[in-house]
Amino acid sequence: MNINATLIGQSIAFFIFIYMVKQYVWPPLIAAMEERQKRIEAGLLAAERGLSEQAEAEQAAQELISQSKDQAAEIIANASKQASNMVEEAKDVAIQTADKVKSAASAELEQDTARVRNELQEQVSALVMQGVNAVLSKEVDSKTHKDMLSKLSQTL
Amino acid sequence: MSVETITSSEYIKHHLQNLTYGQFDGQWQFAHTAEQAASMGFWSLNVDSMFWSLVTGLIFYVVFRSAGKKATTGVPSGFQNFIEMVIEFIDFSVRDSFKHKNKLVAPMALTIFAWIFLMNAMDLIAVDWLPQIAALSVEAMGGDPHAAFFKVVPSTDPNITFGMAISIFILIVYYSIKHKGLGGFFAEILFHPFGKWGLPANLLLEGVALISKPISLALRLFGNMYAGEIIFILIAIMYGVGIGFGVFGGILQVGWALFHILIITLQAFIFMTLTIVYMDMAHDNEH
Repeated sequence: MNINATLIGQSIAFFIFIYMVKQYVWPPLIAAMEERQKRIEAGLLAAERGLSEQAEAEQAAQELISQSKDQAAEIIANASKQASNMVEEAKDVAIQTADKVKSAASAELEQDTARVRNELQEQVSALVMQGVNAVLSKEVDSKTHKDMLSKLSQTL
Repeated sequence: MSVETITSSEYIKHHLQNLTYGQFDGQWQFAHTAEQAASMGFWSLNVDSMFWSLVTGLIFYVVFRSAGKKATTGVPSGFQNFIEMVIEFIDFSVRDSFKHKNKLVAPMALTIFAWIFLMNAMDLIAVDWLPQIAALSVEAMGGDPHAAFFKVVPSTDPNITFGMAISIFILIVYYSIKHKGLGGFFAEILFHPFGKWGLPANLLLEGVALISKPISLALRLFGNMYAGEIIFILIAIMYGVGIGFGVFGGILQVGWALFHILIITLQAFIFMTLTIVYMDMAHDNEH
């Protein structure tokens, strides 16, 4: 418990330690810590920037998608319009063709009917004439009744 | 181990005596008794205090220096993390109390805190271990084990605490004069707070305020650690009384050691904080 030169020794040691700590311990540690702080700050900033960029990209993608959707809808609408036009045209053409065919067929039919009727008339009249001839050959003179007969064949 | 019994008071005295090296009977030697140590006067050295002070100081320096060398700016290892935690704590304390620019204060605060903490922490090593080892080695070398005084807690030696406090006092005066000028420094002592007509009162007040700084610093640390050490020694005496006392002493020692962890940290912190505050006052130039 005596005060002695230990006091001076401790003072000297104290100053030496302070000097060495100031020179070799404090600066590298503080520098490292500050450097890391800066890096963390930069990293956080970069992360934030990345997030906002991502949001922007997402928005752009959304816009692109909606545009494409619109385009697709337009294309589909056009296509369906075109298809219905085509169907319409085809229907018209078909109707016209059918009309043509029908009229041709009915004309032919009429001709045939007329022809057949004439033939039948002729045949019937021939048959009637034959029958009349057969029945009336004795009583009817073909010469005298020629006019009447021709009138009859004409009405048949 | 010595076979003859020693009384409690001898035990305590032995534990409180430094191993002193100095001039006695006309030659340089270790003191064999407290009286011899006292008669050596100022020019003698407490070898044990000085040794453990330097050892703890070097431990502190080597540990922090190795952290400083390996310091990376990337992800810190556990060790570096711990060191950085300490550095950050010191840096925060300094920024909090020291408002001026001086690159010396933060490293000084770190040195004070860590070094005093380690010196105080020597108190947590059971009081007899290191002295007993010292006594046994002295005996093995053919010396007198009774003369093998060995105080292992440097901060229980007033020389150590005053050595640091006086160094800080020198720095306080140095920075006061540097920042206020020689005139400013003395004007603060002579003409403050009562103006020039109250000069004697000023001198008394400010002089006491100035001188009390290192004394209070040194005595606070010394007193706390010395008292703690004595309690450890008293508890240690119980081990020699009987099994019942021994067990009780063991419980007490654990309890006191746990409490002492708080004290050693607190004392180191107080010493550091007051130093920072004193340095701040030395830089203040507002009067």
